[in-house]
Amino acid sequence: MPDHALPEARSEILPIDLTINGKQTRLNVAPWTTLLDLLRLDLGLTGTKKGCDHGQCGACTVLIDGVRVNSCLVLAVMKDGASVTTVEGLAKPDGTLHPLQDAFIEHDALQCGYCTPGQLCSAVGLMREGHAYTAPEIREHMSGNICRCGAYPNIVAAIEQVLAR
Amino acid sequence: MSTTIETHVGSPRRRVDGRLKVTGAARYAGEVAAPGLLHGYVVSGMIAKGRITAIDTAAAEAVPGVVKIFTHANRPNVPGGDADYQDMVAPPGQPFRPLFNDRILYSGQPVALVVAEDFGTARHAASLVNVRIEAEPHETDLDRLRESAYVPPEKREGIAPPPEPRGNADAAFAASPMRVQNEYRIASEHHNPMEPHASTVIWEGGGRITVHDKIQGVKNSHDYITAVFGLPPDDVRVISPFVGGAFGIGLRPQYQLFLAVMAALDLERSVRVELTREQMFTFGYRPGTINAVAVGANPDGKLQAIRHAAVAGTSSFEEYQEVVVNWSGLLYHCDNIALNYRIARLDTYTPADMRAPGAPLGVFAIESAIDELSYALKIDPLELRLNNYADTDENAGKPFSSRELRAACRQGAERFGWSKRQPEPRSMRAGRELVGWGMATGIWEAMMMPHSARATLTADGKLELACATADIGTGTYTILTQIAADSLGLRMEDVTTRLGDTSLPEAPVEGGSWTAASAGSAVHLACEKLRQTLFQHARGMNASPLANASFEHVQFRDGRIDLRTAPSEGVSIVDVLRAAGLDRIEEQETAAPNAETKAKFSQYTHSAVFAEVRVDEQLGVVRVTRIVDAVAAGKIINPKTARSQIIGGVVFGLGMALHEESMLDHKLGRFMNRNLAEYHVPANADVPEIDVIFVDEHDDKANPLGVKGLGEIGIVGTAAAIANAIFHATGKRVRSLPITIDKLIE
Repeated sequence: MPDHALPEARSEILPIDLTINGKQTRLNVAPWTTLLDLLRLDLGLTGTKKGCDHGQCGACTVLIDGVRVNSCLVLAVMKDGASVTTVEGLAKPDGTLHPLQDAFIEHDALQCGYCTPGQLCSAVGLMREGHAYTAPEIREHMSGNICRCGAYPNIVAAIEQVLAR
Repeated sequence: MSTTIETHVGSPRRRVDGRLKVTGAARYAGEVAAPGLLHGYVVSGMIAKGRITAIDTAAAEAVPGVVKIFTHANRPNVPGGDADYQDMVAPPGQPFRPLFNDRILYSGQPVALVVAEDFGTARHAASLVNVRIEAEPHETDLDRLRESAYVPPEKREGIAPPPEPRGNADAAFAASPMRVQNEYRIASEHHNPMEPHASTVIWEGGGRITVHDKIQGVKNSHDYITAVFGLPPDDVRVISPFVGGAFGIGLRPQYQLFLAVMAALDLERSVRVELTREQMFTFGYRPGTINAVAVGANPDGKLQAIRHAAVAGTSSFEEYQEVVVNWSGLLYHCDNIALNYRIARLDTYTPADMRAPGAPLGVFAIESAIDELSYALKIDPLELRLNNYADTDENAGKPFSSRELRAACRQGAERFGWSKRQPEPRSMRAGRELVGWGMATGIWEAMMMPHSARATLTADGKLELACATADIGTGTYTILTQIAADSLGLRMEDVTTRLGDTSLPEAPVEGGSWTAASAGSAVHLACEKLRQTLFQHARGMNASPLANASFEHVQFRDGRIDLRTAPSEGVSIVDVLRAAGLDRIEEQETAAPNAETKAKFSQYTHSAVFAEVRVDEQLGVVRVTRIVDAVAAGKIINPKTARSQIIGGVVFGLGMALHEESMLDHKLGRFMNRNLAEYHVPANADVPEIDVIFVDEHDDKANPLGVKGLGEIGIVGTAAAIANAIFHATGKRVRSLPITIDKLIE
C-alpha cells in the first residue's frame, strides 16, 4: 500500500463565508470537507442527504446561487462567498411550504423520504433553468435524482402541477 | 360508524409524515446528534476466502483524532455465544459475526473499525490500515455448483418448502402434445435503499445505550444487541422512526450495528457507524436464481403438466431460503405438478429477503413459459391464463379467502386496450421502434402477524397511537392514523402515531406486506376497546343523554358520542374525560391471526400486469412506455399511498427486467459494480406512466380489516410482463434478466 501520510495541510483550517438559507455564516473548514459533510456534520443541517457520496444519486442536491448542485462533489472552501439553499430553506420563515413541497405531499411524491430533499432542491433548480415543461422533459431533467421507492410518476406530476401555475 | 359520511379509511389522504419529510425535519439513524459523538469508519476486506495474517494499524493510529482501531485481534470480548447472533429472521446456520476471528468468509467483509473524533479523520485513517490476507480457493459461480445444490435440510421459519408433487408431471409432460421447456435466469441484485445503513449509539452512562438503527423492526436489533453483548433488556432502547428505504435489507441487524455498539460499550462514548454506498454491496442481496421450467398442454390450451425446479445461491455459513417455485403450483389449475427448490453454498455473504423475496424470480420463469406456450398454441396469452384459472389453492388443497384475479385480468386488459393487440410478434410498430404488448400475473401471500398497539386519549381530546413497527415509506403512519380517526370520530390532525421504538408496544419486523393487516388490526382493536371504555364513562355522566343507550346505538363522530338516531343527543369526548376526572384513557390490545381461518383458507394477493415496450431495432434500446397493473388486495385503506406502493413495486420490477445486475467476478469472488453508476436502478426517465387499478375485493377472512397488503405485489408479475412484451415486439425470447442491449442485438 502506498504511503498515505497525512499532508501538512491537516492544520490549515480555512475561513469561508457562506450564506446558508439566507443566514450569513463565517465558517472555519478543512480544505477537504465537502459542502455535504459541512452541512450535515458541522451545521446539523441533516435535511441534505448522503446517498452515495459520489455524485451518482442526487440525494445531496442543494442550490448554490440558485443552481442545483450535488453537494458531495463540492469542496466547501471552493464556495467562499456563495449562497446555499438546502431543503430546510425552501419553506417560508413562517412555515408556509414552498409550492413544490406542498405538491410533493399532495401527489404523494415521496415514500421513505430520503431522496426527497434532493428531489425538491433539484426541482426548484429545474424550474429556474426553464427548459423543462412537458412530462418527458421533466423526467429527463430529473434523472439525476434517484428514488429507490419509485415515486417518479408522482414526482413528475407534482412538478408539472407547480410548473403549470 | 355511519355510512353516510365519508370515512378516512378508503379515502385518499395525504401522508401524515409528509411535512417532516419535505422540510428535511425527519431524522434518520445516521443523523442523530450526541455530545462528543465519535465516528466509526469500516475497513473492508477484498478477498473472498482466506485468513487474515496481519493488520498493520500503526499509521492509522498515528493520525491525530483517532481514538481506537478495532480488529479481530483486539476487539472486546463479546459474551454472546454462537446462537446469540441469531436474529428474528435469520435462516438456519451461523450468522456472520463481525471481527470474530481471522477467517475471511466473503469479499467485502469488515476487517477493522476505525473510531475517531470526527468523520473525516476516521475515513482518512481507515485508508491507512493495511490488511494482509492469505487467500484460499473460493467459489462464487452458481453454474459450477449447480449439480451439487441440495434441498435445505433445515427449513427456514416462515418459508414454505415446495409442496408434494401432484399426479405425475414427468409422464404427463412427455405425453403432452404441446411442450415448452426452458431455463430462466435472474441476476443477483442489491437492495440499494437510498439511505446507506447506519447506527448511532448514544452512551447514556451506566452501561445503558440508546440505539438509532436503520432497521425494519426495532425489536430485532434490540434482542440481537442484548443477546450478543449480554446486556439487560432494559438497558437498551432501539429507535427507528424513519427508515430511508429498506426493501428487506433492513430486516436483519447488519454489521454496522454490531460495530457501533461494540465501540460504544468499549469506549463508553456515543458512536456512529455509517456505511458507504460501496459497503452497501458487502452484505445481503437477492440471490441469482436459475429456474428450469417445463410446461405441457393439450392443443386446446389445457395445462397437463408443470415442472419447476430452481437453484439459488446461499453463503457458506447460512442456508438462506425463499419461496421461488411454489407459485407455479398456485397460479393455474393443473393435475400434474412437480416443484423443486435447491440451494448451493457460495463464498459470498448470505442473501437477504428483497421485495417479494423469491416471488418475482419464480413468477418470471412460469409466466415466461406460459407466454411461450401461448405463442406455440396460437392462443392469446390472457385467454390461455383464464382458461387454466385455479379456483382453489391446489398446493394446499384449500379455498382462497378471496381471489379476484379474474377481475384483475379483465379490468387490466380493458384499461390497457389489450383487445387491440396484434397477436404476431414484430407486428406492431411506431416509427423506427418495434412495439410490444405483454402481460403476466402476480401473486403474493396475504399475511398477518401477532401485533400490539396502544391508543391513548388525553383530556384535550387528542389521541396518540403507539406501536413498535416501522414505516419504511410504506405509509403505515398514515393508515394507522386513518383507522383510529374513523374509529373514534376524530379528525386525522387530532391523532398522532408513534412508531419505531422499543419502548412502544411490541411488533414483529415490518415486511412481507403484513404490516397493514397486523398493525392495522391491533390499532383497530385498541381503539375499539377505547370506544367501549369511553362509552361506559359517558353513560355514567350526570344526566347523560346516553344513560339508556346501548353501545350499538351510538356513533363516534366529530369528537362526540351521539345517538345514531338523534345525532345531536350525546356528549363530547372531552366532557366525558372531564366528568370522569381522567386526564387520559389508555388501552392496549394485541391482534393475532385467526388460526381456524388460517387453517381453512389460503390467503393471497393477486395482480395482472400489462406492459407496453418500444424497442429500437438497430440499437436494441428498450423503453417501457406504459404499464397497467390491476391489483386484487382486499380493502384499500388509503388509495393515495396504496397507489404509491404499487408504483414503487412496478418500478422495482422494471429494474429487475431491464437494469439491475450485481456482477460477480468469479476469479476475484467479488461483486464488481459496487456503485450507483454501474449498478443502475431505474431513474426518472426510465419510468413511464403507471396506471394502477384496485379491483374490488371483499375479504372477510384475512383479518378484521379485510386488508391484504401491498408492499410486494407490485413487483411480482412486472418483470415477466415486460419480458413478454419484449418478445412480442422483437420476436426474440430473452430468458435471462436483466434484458440488456447485448442480449437483444447478439
